[in-house]
Amino acid sequence: MRRLLGGLVLFIFFSQPLFAAKFDYGLNAKPVADNTYLFIGKKEDFNFQNGGNIVNSGFIITDEGVVVIDTGSSRRYGEQMLAEIRKQTNKPIFKVINTHHHPDHFLGNQAFKPAPIAALKGTVKGIKNSGDMFAENLYRMTGDWMRGTEAVVPDITLQPGIEEIGGHELEYIELSGHTGSDLAVFDRTTGVLFAGDLVFHNRTLTTPHAIPEKWFVALDKLAKLPFKVLIPGHGEPVSDLSAIEQTRDYLRWLVTTLENGANKGLSMNEVMQTEIPARFAGLALVKSELNRSVVHLYPGIEKKTLHKLN
Amino acid sequence: MRLFLCVLLMVGSFSMASAEEIPEDPLGSIQWDDMVRAYLSEHKVVFDDRVKVVAPEFAEDSMNVPVSVDASELTGIKEIFLFAEFNPIPKILKFYPEASKAAFSFRFKIQQASPVRAAVLTNDNIWHVGGVWIDAAGGGCTRASDDRLAGDWADHLGEIYAAVWDTGTVRRTKISISHPMDTGLVAGIPSFYIEEIQLTDDAGKLLARIEPYEPVQENPVFTLDLGKNGSINIEAIDNNANEFSARIVR
Ligand SMILES: [Zn+2]
Repeated sequence: MRRLLGGLVLFIFFSQPLFAAKFDYGLNAKPVADNTYLFIGKKEDFNFQNGGNIVNSGFIITDEGVVVIDTGSSRRYGEQMLAEIRKQTNKPIFKVINTHHHPDHFLGNQAFKPAPIAALKGTVKGIKNSGDMFAENLYRMTGDWMRGTEAVVPDITLQPGIEEIGGHELEYIELSGHTGSDLAVFDRTTGVLFAGDLVFHNRTLTTPHAIPEKWFVALDKLAKLPFKVLIPGHGEPVSDLSAIEQTRDYLRWLVTTLENGANKGLSMNEVMQTEIPARFAGLALVKSELNRSVVHLYPGIEKKTLHKLN
Repeated sequence: MRLFLCVLLMVGSFSMASAEEIPEDPLGSIQWDDMVRAYLSEHKVVFDDRVKVVAPEFAEDSMNVPVSVDASELTGIKEIFLFAEFNPIPKILKFYPEASKAAFSFRFKIQQASPVRAAVLTNDNIWHVGGVWIDAAGGGCTRASDDRLAGDWADHLGEIYAAVWDTGTVRRTKISISHPMDTGLVAGIPSFYIEEIQLTDDAGKLLARIEPYEPVQENPVFTLDLGKNGSINIEAIDNNANEFSARIVR
């Protein structure tokens, strides 16, 4: 079976250009509010077919220029995003914002140079430290879609607070929990909330750098904002609290499952066998993401149950 | 010349087959025969479903791959030997169950996709083998450990952490020892790892013995199912002759 799979991967690799013609992500700017557009990614993990188009990115057309929020997973993604933006407006790119340091949110930065690229201090540091390693990983997971991609570190440290840009009042909210540095952008003019990966919708949340107790705090803060549309980092936008509640519900179940397992002395593999409640059956990738989260979060939780002897 | 070599190789494998048959690998790994010759050739080898090896299909963190072995359906176990044939250091760990259940869990470092296998030697001198493939992005054996990178490993070397849960017939026991478990494959960092861990009761009777090799995770956590009652004495030694000991008082 493994041999067969190996063969299949090779086949896909070599025949990739046949069906992924010209590495076209098929990006389509979907209007979600006045002057506000969204590219909605697939609810999948990175692979050779989707090329990393698994994330939501968006843009706001203001009187002063375009504000871009997250740039996708590769140089090609950024370029195709820019081409789609150009179908809507000829205004200059005023500013690019990266919500956090995960590769599907900033590896398209290259395409927008020389526009200013801004992110929170912690995100800038994360991209500086891990950007090249992330790009290498994505080459391995998506192949030639990544050609020519290099990590571009944001050149502006974004200060939390309110910035008025060409008739849009943008509120930059510094949070953490999905990573050590997560930005939410709330457009007070249109009521659109770009929540970054603090909110997932019908797609299981990911935890490689998660700090669950901070994530809960962040979700509570987001829930209090008077948004009209919420753009999750992954999954369809919503106009109510459902995506925040779904994210919180799964995260709470995950943490409780890990803590209960550690308190019973379970091994990692035993925790991975936990039955997933029916209400999460609709979350894409729930089984594989549970396994990943056990690896990310269980060692720390397990350690708390052990006592120092010497 | 090439033909000549092929003939030689065929003769070689025929003579091997007549000495001790190497069973065909259900995991289809090209390294299987070499592993048998390197580690298992002294005894007959059979694949056995009673040797259960559990690990995730994909190694999310190549320095921290969880593996669980349960061979408790077999009796008369002398030794359980774990290896991953595509690792630069294939040997992972040997476990001698002694007075404990032949089931345990820990985590290890993987360099690339590989089967991980448990070979269980029974008193009748047969290796019973079970295993699974683990896919991996890789690099676990040639990266420095987190505490090496943080530079504070020496402050915690040999600290022992443990907990015991009474779970019916056995005592679930977790033991963790702070140690960088350096593979020797990172430039400038020689191999430095715990070589042996002995668990005994107060009468000095062996409860279980573990011989880790370099690929066992940094600051390893071992999950074991020991027999009932009494305190547990933990004694460990690494390849630099550092000795660590602690006692779980019950
Ligand atoms: Zn993320």
